[in-house]
Amino acid sequence: MKLKAWFLVNLLITSAGLPLTGNAADAVVSADTLSNTFHIRTLAASCAACHGTQGNSTGITPTLAGVDARYFTAQMLAFKDGSRPATVMHHHAKGINVAEINFLANYFSQQKRISSQPPKTQTLKANHE
Amino acid sequence: MNKIVTLNRRAFIKTAGAAGALLLSHNSFSRASKPPLGRVVIVGGGYAGTTAAKYIRMWSLGNIEAVVIEKSAQFVSCPLSNLVLGGSKSINDLTFGYDLVKKNHGVKWLNDEVTTIDSAAKKVIMQRGEISYDRLIIAPGVDFIYDALPNLQSAEAQQQIPHAWKAGWQTVNLRKQLEAMPDGGIFVMNVPKAPYRCPPGPYERACQVASYFKTHKPTAKIIVLDANPEIVSKKGLFTKVWAEMYAGMIDYRPNNAMVEVDVSSKTVTTDFDKVKADVLNIIPPQRAGKPAQMAGLTETDYPWCEVSFLTYESKLVPNIHVIGDSVSAGLPKSAHMATSQARVCANAIVALMSGNAPDPTPVFANTCYSYVNDKQAMHVANVYRYDAGKKIMVSADGGGVSTSPSEQEGQYASAWAANIWSDVLT
Ligand SMILES: Cc1cc2nc3c(=O)[nH]c(=O)nc-3n(C[C@H](O)[C@H](O)[C@H](O)COP(=O)(O)OP(=O)(O)OC[C@H]3O[C@@H](n4cnc5c(N)ncnc54)[C@H](O)[C@@H]3O)c2cc1C
Repeated sequence: MKLKAWFLVNLLITSAGLPLTGNAADAVVSADTLSNTFHIRTLAASCAACHGTQGNSTGITPTLAGVDARYFTAQMLAFKDGSRPATVMHHHAKGINVAEINFLANYFSQQKRISSQPPKTQTLKANHE
Repeated sequence: MNKIVTLNRRAFIKTAGAAGALLLSHNSFSRASKPPLGRVVIVGGGYAGTTAAKYIRMWSLGNIEAVVIEKSAQFVSCPLSNLVLGGSKSINDLTFGYDLVKKNHGVKWLNDEVTTIDSAAKKVIMQRGEISYDRLIIAPGVDFIYDALPNLQSAEAQQQIPHAWKAGWQTVNLRKQLEAMPDGGIFVMNVPKAPYRCPPGPYERACQVASYFKTHKPTAKIIVLDANPEIVSKKGLFTKVWAEMYAGMIDYRPNNAMVEVDVSSKTVTTDFDKVKADVLNIIPPQRAGKPAQMAGLTETDYPWCEVSFLTYESKLVPNIHVIGDSVSAGLPKSAHMATSQARVCANAIVALMSGNAPDPTPVFANTCYSYVNDKQAMHVANVYRYDAGKKIMVSADGGGVSTSPSEQEGQYASAWAANIWSDVLT
């Protein structure tokens, strides 16, 4: 029992940034909230190839971690309806629905900004394929 | 509010305990250290497998043990490896270690080769030991099929005629051959019948070699023998780039499957042509990686693994999941796709092992860049969404390709690489 409550509560705090009130150990979590968490975190994580793990980019692509949720939503809607021109983002914004955009906005706004680094390169060893 | 169903921890521990934390010769970890929700073993530490291990650790908050078995000591990226052929990157720009992802997420790592999978006993056998699992993820990438070209199977033949379709010394070898080729020479490459790893990859390769020839060997020629009826990916864009940027350099021949290759004379015979190359690059047809074959995850008449797109669990063998290039997805076999499948699979495994239902409607994004020279790139981008009726991932409205290649997209492509490497390896 203890494991379950601890696990789910931490899951929601760390993965979805959802607000929790009261005694965490006694928290009762709605099935809907949990399923949104599972749904959104994989969608959000698929942004990582360009925008970094949990939205912390290492390159020229914008960092999404800690971005204001309203700003995020407005930009995505603008990509979606074409009012903000883009090279790539319109292809993505058109493919996800408004509810998902709102959840993503909430998710990214709750992520901590950290400076993320690409891994260090190495010299290819002789015994590699 | 609905209360969540019980976690069923006891059942988990029972199964996990029965499978046992048996590790015969890799005795670096023992039963005592077993986290409460069990162990996932991952075969293959490429884009898919390493991502799955990291996200299982992150999303289970360390409650699931993740053990990767990878035969190579280093991670060498296929994405961007065509730039080594073009000369703007070195293989050492694409080579990384696994130390950070292991350390940052507590991923356990066995540098060993899997030789047998015993799904009845839930056990994986390596050259130097064996390990049991509660769930197994198979992520071995692709295996080459040499049935039609048996004389290319040997290591010596592949020295002379590299595939360079798994990045590493093969890539370096092909680059050296291109450097050594005299101006006026002929470079011949093929495109295997789809599906194969990285649909736009062969055409990007033709661009990279052309970009190198244009400045260093201006009278050299490229012949592309395509087993497919037309360019498989970004057709309009590649056709335009070849006509405008590399006019007269690339001779593209569709419907030209290879019938025979003579290794010593570097001569290729197709149904219609016979061409002699100075430098020859043969990308063999492909199937699911060997560990997928060992576990019986493919049917005899179709060499890719059928899975549920909610969990990536095999349709043939329970408790074994398959991700990355080995999956029969009907979608591009890309690194970005491999990482997305890995996260949906990780998410589902964390849900299942903690007694919850997996996400019933997974959705993810994919962007695939191709460099047309050392600076300019172009993309194809799509969102893929689970279709509950068809039970497959289908591309959502709004996907598409660049209007034309650009330097800005070249910078985005390089940021893509830095971010995906950081996501997978740190
Ligand atoms: C030239 C080229 C360019 C590409 N460019 C792009 C690009 O720009 N963008 C993009 O998204 N994708 C690109 N791709 C495709 C991308 O490389 C693959 O889709 C991706 O690597 C698939 O990931 P994976 O994890 O399935 O396989 P891999 O990354 O190949 O990983 C499989 C791992 O399993 C290990 N393994 C296999 N068998 C065993 C065994 N028996 N025991 C232990 N370990 C084992 C292998 O050593 C390997 O490390 C490109 C591919 C090529 C060849």
